[in-house]
Amino acid sequence: MKSVVIRATLAAVVGLLATAASAQTLNTVKSRGILNCGANGTLAGFGLPDAQGRWTGLDVDFCKALAAAIFNDPNKVKFVPLTAKDRFTALQSGEVDVLARNTTWTSSRDTSLGLNFAAVNYYDGQGFMVRKALKVNSALELNDAAVCVQQGTTTELNLADYFRANKMKLKTVTFATSTEAVKAYDAGRCDAYTTDASGLAGERLRLANANDHIILPEIISKEPLGPVVRHGDDQWFDIVKWTHFAMVNAEELGITKANVDDQMKSDNPDVKRLLGTEGKHGEALGLTNDWAYRIVKHVGNYGEVFERNVGQGSPLKIGRGLNALWTKGGLQYAPPIR
Amino acid sequence: MNVAPAGAVATARPRVPLLYNPTVRSIAYQALLCAIVAFLAWGAVANAIDNLRRANIASGFGFWDDTAGFDISQTLIEYSTTSSYGRAFWVGLINTLLVAGIGIVLATVLGFVIGIARLSRNWLVARLAGGYVELIRNLPLLLQLLFWYNAVLKALPELRDSLALPGGGFLNNRGLFLPQPLFRPQATAVLLALALGVAVALAFRMWAMRRQQRTGAQAPVLPVALVLVIGLPLVTLVATGAPVEFVYPEIGRFNIRGGIEVLPEFIALVFGLVIYTAAFIAEVVRAGILAVPKGQSEAAASLGLRRGQSLRLIIVPQAMRVIIPPLTSQYLNLTKNSSLAVAIGYPDLVQIFAGTVLNQTGQAVEVIAITMAVYLSISLVTSLAMNLYNRRVALVER
Repeated sequence: MKSVVIRATLAAVVGLLATAASAQTLNTVKSRGILNCGANGTLAGFGLPDAQGRWTGLDVDFCKALAAAIFNDPNKVKFVPLTAKDRFTALQSGEVDVLARNTTWTSSRDTSLGLNFAAVNYYDGQGFMVRKALKVNSALELNDAAVCVQQGTTTELNLADYFRANKMKLKTVTFATSTEAVKAYDAGRCDAYTTDASGLAGERLRLANANDHIILPEIISKEPLGPVVRHGDDQWFDIVKWTHFAMVNAEELGITKANVDDQMKSDNPDVKRLLGTEGKHGEALGLTNDWAYRIVKHVGNYGEVFERNVGQGSPLKIGRGLNALWTKGGLQYAPPIR
Repeated sequence: MNVAPAGAVATARPRVPLLYNPTVRSIAYQALLCAIVAFLAWGAVANAIDNLRRANIASGFGFWDDTAGFDISQTLIEYSTTSSYGRAFWVGLINTLLVAGIGIVLATVLGFVIGIARLSRNWLVARLAGGYVELIRNLPLLLQLLFWYNAVLKALPELRDSLALPGGGFLNNRGLFLPQPLFRPQATAVLLALALGVAVALAFRMWAMRRQQRTGAQAPVLPVALVLVIGLPLVTLVATGAPVEFVYPEIGRFNIRGGIEVLPEFIALVFGLVIYTAAFIAEVVRAGILAVPKGQSEAAASLGLRRGQSLRLIIVPQAMRVIIPPLTSQYLNLTKNSSLAVAIGYPDLVQIFAGTVLNQTGQAVEVIAITMAVYLSISLVTSLAMNLYNRRVALVER
């Protein structure tokens, strides 16, 4: 009898040590009743809570769309603010279900970190911000400059590569968070601050005197940013991937938050398949057939989300550029739903 | 079978079945506990390896020789962006040791001064020291570090308005820039002279102490030592035709070139750690001094020793026995607290290795294990050194 108890206790303890690397993320999320989303927390336009604790941003809206597809409620998301340094560990250990934190898709992250990049929801590139008073017009004039940068980013590596390739000397000052890095730049510790161009636009607005600073024209890297999931759960990977594609397809088909109810009566077969009035494409994902309707109804299509958070409807006023639809000369292209 | 120890067989003990034998039982329980601990440890490791493999996360130490690709602001050994992760590890470790070493020395000096000041008969001095201890000890260190860093950055002038220091140095919000001495080969003579001066000064001190013990006559140790340690190398320097050149820092377009650069992050970190730890050391010192019986200072006074002399010769040596063990743990605290450097951008071991390297390789288990092993080793070595010192000053019972 006693040995049975001991054996059971041992099994329980060892069981506790085993982290759940299961392939059942969707079920876990459903039974928990809320989606855990790894978000930025300090980057205007991508992920930032306001004074009332309401989160806004492109990545935030992505998680809301995911929650809308699963729960028919965009507010069933818990946003977990993560630093660049800690984000992958948080995803690997299961603390978050999906990481939507302006994360660059690179080969090593995709392979050796045990992660999968589901889609690219923002095509970005790295740039520099300097004081106007320095009278610098190009990043190539930054030889010998001190540059503030955030730790644990591709930015840190691109910076070193760019200076080495152009045979320029560099003094890097590295900080754990972008907030500290920007503060040090603002205090004059560095001549330049570098991060993704979209991030520069957001950080510039948060400086004491935004007009004293300019963003240099050079874009020194490719930064495809997108949501990330753990390796080994293909169903969840598909759901995250197609959430983005649904938003892009909706924009392409002209389905908006405002007209989505009317579009339910549309005869266009593409629209019917997307909104679930024809076919069982949602059930194939493990969701309901109106999954895409829910996304557009609660959050909007990709273009709406873009303009609201980083485009003309926001203080950042970033143009669509690479992020325009493929039909308009951009790179946003979604496979068809059929 | 006779299990009883020799000489204890006089009273016939009742035979105890093996199952109820207390010795057997306690050994069995301990063996069981060891087995459980070993099983749990094995389970955790096996689980981690299994999960890592299943999640397709790279493992092992193969990353050590891979190219790091990032830049580090303070490197005391050669390092470039094409160096390996292993090299970055050594850079970080040396930066940590530098902060810890300088911090420990300065915190000890400041701590002793404040601790003794708290016991001063001067009301103002004692109260000031007391206020310092209470204020500093009760604020979180991270907050203090952020305060010092921002205070340092804000207070210092911009590059173009750099403060020119006497002797060719500069001070601005990019750091402290000092002329860098370059030694020509003849400079070894100066170093030899310095070593000779120190050795002779130490010998003189020993001779003076022996003579004082024998005859009671005192010798002017301090002036003689100063002449030997400073004067001798100086004379050699002039005699060999000053074989030292200085590389002076000069203001470039963005930054200052040349010379020795001391980062503001380093200054802020050392400043914060020293001020914080000194408050604790001050209390340790005060407690140690108060632990010396009052009769000792009265006896010293009755022998005609002045207060300074009795403090130096009678009180502090005895107080050291009480002070050293808690002082050791303050040293360990300072070393471990230096890992807060990450918040203010100083490239220590945690920032470089457990930060950037971990993030880039994604090998959290290996990187964190190495980092913990390093801190453990530093702490154990510090403890060992302090314990040896403690054994030397401990009360020798005769």
